[in-house]
Amino acid sequence: MQIYLPIAEVSVNVFLLVGLGGLVGILSGMFGVGGGFLMTPLLFMIGIPPAVAVATEANQIVASSFSGVLAHFRRKTVDFKMGGVLLIGGLVGAAIGVQVFKYLKSIGQVELLVTLTYVIFLGIIGSLMFIESLNAIRKSKKPNSVYKKKKHNWIHGLPFKTRFRTSNLYISVIPPILVGLLVGVLAAIMGVGGGFIMVPAMIYLLGMPTKVVVGTSLFQIIFVTAFTTIMHATQNFTVDAILALLLLLGGVIGAQIGARIGVKLKAEQLRILLAIMVLAMCGKLALDLLLMPSELYSIRAGGH
Amino acid sequence: MLRSLTLIFAVLATALTAQESVIVGLSQSHVAITANFSGSEILVFGAVKRDAPVPEDASPLDVIIVIEGPLEQVTVRRKEKVFGIWINTESVDIDNAPSFFAVATTGPLADILSQETQQQHAIGVHHAVRLPDHDLDPEMESFSEAISRVRLASGLYSEREGIITLRSETLFDTRIQLPANLVEGDYTAKIFLIRDQQIVGETNLDILVRKEGLERWIYNLAHEHALIYGLLSLLVALVAGYGASEIFRRLRS
Repeated sequence: MQIYLPIAEVSVNVFLLVGLGGLVGILSGMFGVGGGFLMTPLLFMIGIPPAVAVATEANQIVASSFSGVLAHFRRKTVDFKMGGVLLIGGLVGAAIGVQVFKYLKSIGQVELLVTLTYVIFLGIIGSLMFIESLNAIRKSKKPNSVYKKKKHNWIHGLPFKTRFRTSNLYISVIPPILVGLLVGVLAAIMGVGGGFIMVPAMIYLLGMPTKVVVGTSLFQIIFVTAFTTIMHATQNFTVDAILALLLLLGGVIGAQIGARIGVKLKAEQLRILLAIMVLAMCGKLALDLLLMPSELYSIRAGGH
Repeated sequence: MLRSLTLIFAVLATALTAQESVIVGLSQSHVAITANFSGSEILVFGAVKRDAPVPEDASPLDVIIVIEGPLEQVTVRRKEKVFGIWINTESVDIDNAPSFFAVATTGPLADILSQETQQQHAIGVHHAVRLPDHDLDPEMESFSEAISRVRLASGLYSEREGIITLRSETLFDTRIQLPANLVEGDYTAKIFLIRDQQIVGETNLDILVRKEGLERWIYNLAHEHALIYGLLSLLVALVAGYGASEIFRRLRS
């Protein structure tokens, strides 16, 4: 069954869109990532214009994140205080990111920089997570291994310390704000929620327990992507409501299933799966840059 | 979808030779893009009207039909290998590229009409993109050729030689496919009569391609009330997210 998308101006299969939404929704619910880093390139592949794909994806992430976060609300695995602090940084970062994006656009090559940012960040984060979770799985199998207690590093020497009860942390607000800021900037440039950067940053930089990380990440992604949706809708007119509706129909259901699968898996297994997926997408994008394309020319209607 | 057979007849009174003119009808002069639009087909049919019988020694008559979408500005980019990776190095803005271009003929285009005349009347996919006359460097041409090549591959441009059947040098008809990724705008159907590599008759008909119903409403809302549209999109997202969460919770208990 085909449907014509009013803003994207292409006709696509309804079930393909719902299916894609569902698949990415499952991942979203499992890992607490918005799934934008997977969905946006997938939408390019089925022929949705990039500008529409990026903007509509933001709207869809709002739905799947909201659906996912409700399950976490009930399990009380959302650290609202931490989420709020991250969000402050995130919104400031997103505003800066939009300006950086505009500047890159004015000097050309914005696509290359977006792809390179993807490859670099997906590569670094994917590899780090993969190695770390592999080590964690190995350690948990050894019977006499000593589990390291909380690490004390430079983060604990910073001022403005606050207690984050849900996360069981007593740290300065500066690192979460900086993490939020960095993720906000990258999210605006890459057109994603930024969960795949946020989740590892929360685990490894802030030392939050994995259980709380997913819900808290989803919580702040809702606000960042809602902000992005409004920006795209009012400035670029590129949010396609029909496309978003079909994607989120699959997405919200997927997120529910994903959240339940996530509970059943061990933290290390969850992390290693996410790492493999991040690395796979990184490899795909890197190949696109390295292999000679079959058509050297590309066309974009509407000029600049 | 609008499927009513609207017949539009146009008579060309001022044919070049004043001997042969063409009368054309279209199966639809109005194409509605609705939510379930998955492409369409236009039947172009017509007849040649003559004041006098065709002379015995006249060369055969040929018919060319061109359906063209609205002209738009496009940016064409070319990739090159720099430091081992493929990146866009050069880009060119081309002002007059039709969004859709379909050519149907009674025979091989090269035999029917000279290259010059083809170019002059924008007949044939390779002449679909109009370049400014003063700008004829080969670089520019390679970019405009890329538009034809990419759009031929995606089905937006097509060239079907010999697809039109001309009966007794008088009656002709052909079907032209409109793809699913059609853009709205004012389309033109041009019908040419050719004899001795010369255009002896020509007529133009308009085809209006419009979004309708839900498509029209969403498109207008998104452009005219962008903030409301954005907020509505968010609301739909939140309701859908909440709905799915509630349904699953009830299913479990």
